[in-house]
Amino acid sequence: MRQIAIYGKGGIGKSTTTQNTVAGLAYLGKKIMIVGCDPKADSTRLILHAKAQNTVMDLVRERGTVEDLELEEVMKVGYGDVKCVESGGPEPGVGCAGRGVITAINFLEENGAYTPDLDFVFYDVLGDVVCGGFAMPIREGKAEEIYIVCSGEMMAMYAANNIAKGILKYATSGKVRLAGLICNARKTDMEFELVSALAAKLGTQMIHFVPRDNQVQRAEMRRMTVIEYSPEHPQAQEYRTLAEKILNNKMLVIPTPLEMEELEDLLMEFGVMEAEDESVVGVIEAAA
Amino acid sequence: MSDKIRKIEGITKESTQAMIDDALAAYPDKAKKKRAPHLAPNDAASGCASVKSNKKTVPGVMSARGCAYAGAKGVVWGPIRDMVHVSHGPVGCGWYSWGTRRNLMTGINGVTQFGMQFTSDFQEKDIVYGGDKKLKVLLEEAKGLFPLAKGISVLSECPVGLIGDDINSVAKQSSKDLDIPIIPCNCEGFRGVSQSLGHHISNDTIRDYIIGTREFAEPESPYDIALIGDYNIGGDVWSAKPLLEEIGLNVKAVWTGDGELEKIAATHKVKLNLIHCYRSMNYMCKVMEEKYGIPWHEFNFFGPTKIKESLRAIGALFDQTIQDKVEAVIAKYDPIMQAIIDEYKPRLDGKKVMLLVGGLRPRHTIGAYEDLGMDCVGSGYEFAHNDDYDRTAPEMPDATVVYDDPSEYEFEKFAHTLKPDLIGSGIKEKYVFQKLGIPFRQMHSWDYSGPYHGYNGFETFARDVDMAINSPTWKLVKAPF
Repeated sequence: MRQIAIYGKGGIGKSTTTQNTVAGLAYLGKKIMIVGCDPKADSTRLILHAKAQNTVMDLVRERGTVEDLELEEVMKVGYGDVKCVESGGPEPGVGCAGRGVITAINFLEENGAYTPDLDFVFYDVLGDVVCGGFAMPIREGKAEEIYIVCSGEMMAMYAANNIAKGILKYATSGKVRLAGLICNARKTDMEFELVSALAAKLGTQMIHFVPRDNQVQRAEMRRMTVIEYSPEHPQAQEYRTLAEKILNNKMLVIPTPLEMEELEDLLMEFGVMEAEDESVVGVIEAAA
Repeated sequence: MSDKIRKIEGITKESTQAMIDDALAAYPDKAKKKRAPHLAPNDAASGCASVKSNKKTVPGVMSARGCAYAGAKGVVWGPIRDMVHVSHGPVGCGWYSWGTRRNLMTGINGVTQFGMQFTSDFQEKDIVYGGDKKLKVLLEEAKGLFPLAKGISVLSECPVGLIGDDINSVAKQSSKDLDIPIIPCNCEGFRGVSQSLGHHISNDTIRDYIIGTREFAEPESPYDIALIGDYNIGGDVWSAKPLLEEIGLNVKAVWTGDGELEKIAATHKVKLNLIHCYRSMNYMCKVMEEKYGIPWHEFNFFGPTKIKESLRAIGALFDQTIQDKVEAVIAKYDPIMQAIIDEYKPRLDGKKVMLLVGGLRPRHTIGAYEDLGMDCVGSGYEFAHNDDYDRTAPEMPDATVVYDDPSEYEFEKFAHTLKPDLIGSGIKEKYVFQKLGIPFRQMHSWDYSGPYHGYNGFETFARDVDMAINSPTWKLVKAPF
């Protein structure tokens, strides 16, 4: 069983990419479970054609204790026999979403969700690893393989580098490895080259460049993956290619994250960021 | 298990149900609906639980329950004497769980036993930045200050689970660096409905980190056993263990009262596990049965009748030599016990007792009271499960009230109706009932007394019960009912 965690900046398309890739792997005959680790609980809707599935924490809130839950109540099976679980959690600003992730994953372990017939477990994790709870999927005995979804936008690259720093911390004490960047293209300038260059600096690879295509949104409106909605469409082929690359990926590395200056140099080199003019810092308009 | 069903004069299923209904009448509908299944008259004949249990406490009622951390620190891990037990988190949980359970220890403090308080004393910065680094330093310091400690347990308090610190990873690394077993226990207080989950989590950590990692130095014998679920409250182990040895058994390890880590780790080599507190350690007995084929047997060392029954049942699991010794031991103690009964029974005969305690006492001690001529008119547990109540039904007189996780209100209400001569419960209940003019014994820690286990314990038990009930003080107190 390979356990894979998908990280990346919020809104970058982690859930969409994860579900389309998982659909691609299912298409290749693999048995997969997705564990959504985000209180928004939108990691499985395209597989299940559902608005929102019953999350582990929803039911905990209802019943009062996690001990009263049964696995069948929170695990649904969707396209390609993909098993789906959402940790769920509180609305923004209250409670502790990180603990929700810990509770949910403990529950899955204790109730035998990790069956030996599974080829893959995918964790789709909240954009920002804000507390220890969101690092739960990469603790010992869980995901050892991490993909970071990013694009050629500056903030996405910053986030990717920060996530690499987090992975480094866990990699030195355990088996967690960076397996590659997935570029979810935003059609920015020199995007392919820039993300490839960042990957190289991080010591990893850009495992696939997923071009931007509105077919993804058309499928999403129907709560489907592209692979299910239009298997013949070129975009479906892109996700199948990504799935195959992940299937055959052997490049697992301890990342070498960049210092902030190094990252800014890289961005400037590709024209994503302009050099800062230190002479204007702190100078008011009238004085200029 | 008793052969005949006992009745108490004046107590019928109808009268008990009426008393329960009366207590429930005070609740709003929702609370009433939730509490009703947890209260019932005993159906002794069925041998089955008559109440629902192991559910979340109803908000607003005062419960006597503890938390998962309490179950791990206070019950399972804490009594192991040659380990350092770290309360990981803010200082309060560790401080207030220090020594309160009276699980006594032999050895020299700081050298061969570590019955002292270790805490990582979390501050704001540890919550914000995580406590992993602090834990690592603490473990180094503990090893440096107490090089003779055989291991360290790390017992998580609530905030550790909330901020998601990975204590498992720190424990693993430090264990390697310091060359000492370090056991991380994710027993955050908010997990589960009571301390019961803390017992289970702790049993699981023994399974994952301890059992099978050591061997006994001495050669094996067919009489090797382990004493499971005796926490040496008030010195209970020091009464139970010699008794088992007197009938010819080798007690190779005690779980966990006055326990030693390396002996616990080698328990997979014993021939039989004898379990006293089923609730807190049945999990590991079942694990050892499945994994190593070690059978387990429940016994009861409270009061001569139960002791005699238990000794014979234990003897039946062994050969004639042990059985002969059992009979010799019974013959030796019978007259001594009779003398105790002759002294105390005349003053205690016909007195009524109500119980509300933890793991096994609400059923196991009933026989000891009966040996003194007393009747148990109500019993219940803080955190029991269905299988505990199954075991309780045959021990209690028919139609007496069974209460699961009762509120103080329910307990008081029942006491008003049943007018017991003694209540055995915890520190929170003690002064409530004493002020009502009802004699009381704190039966979690034996009220600063003990041991109560075994033949030696019975004399102490009889004396304490007599002192509580027949103290002249009560003549000076006028009960309001």
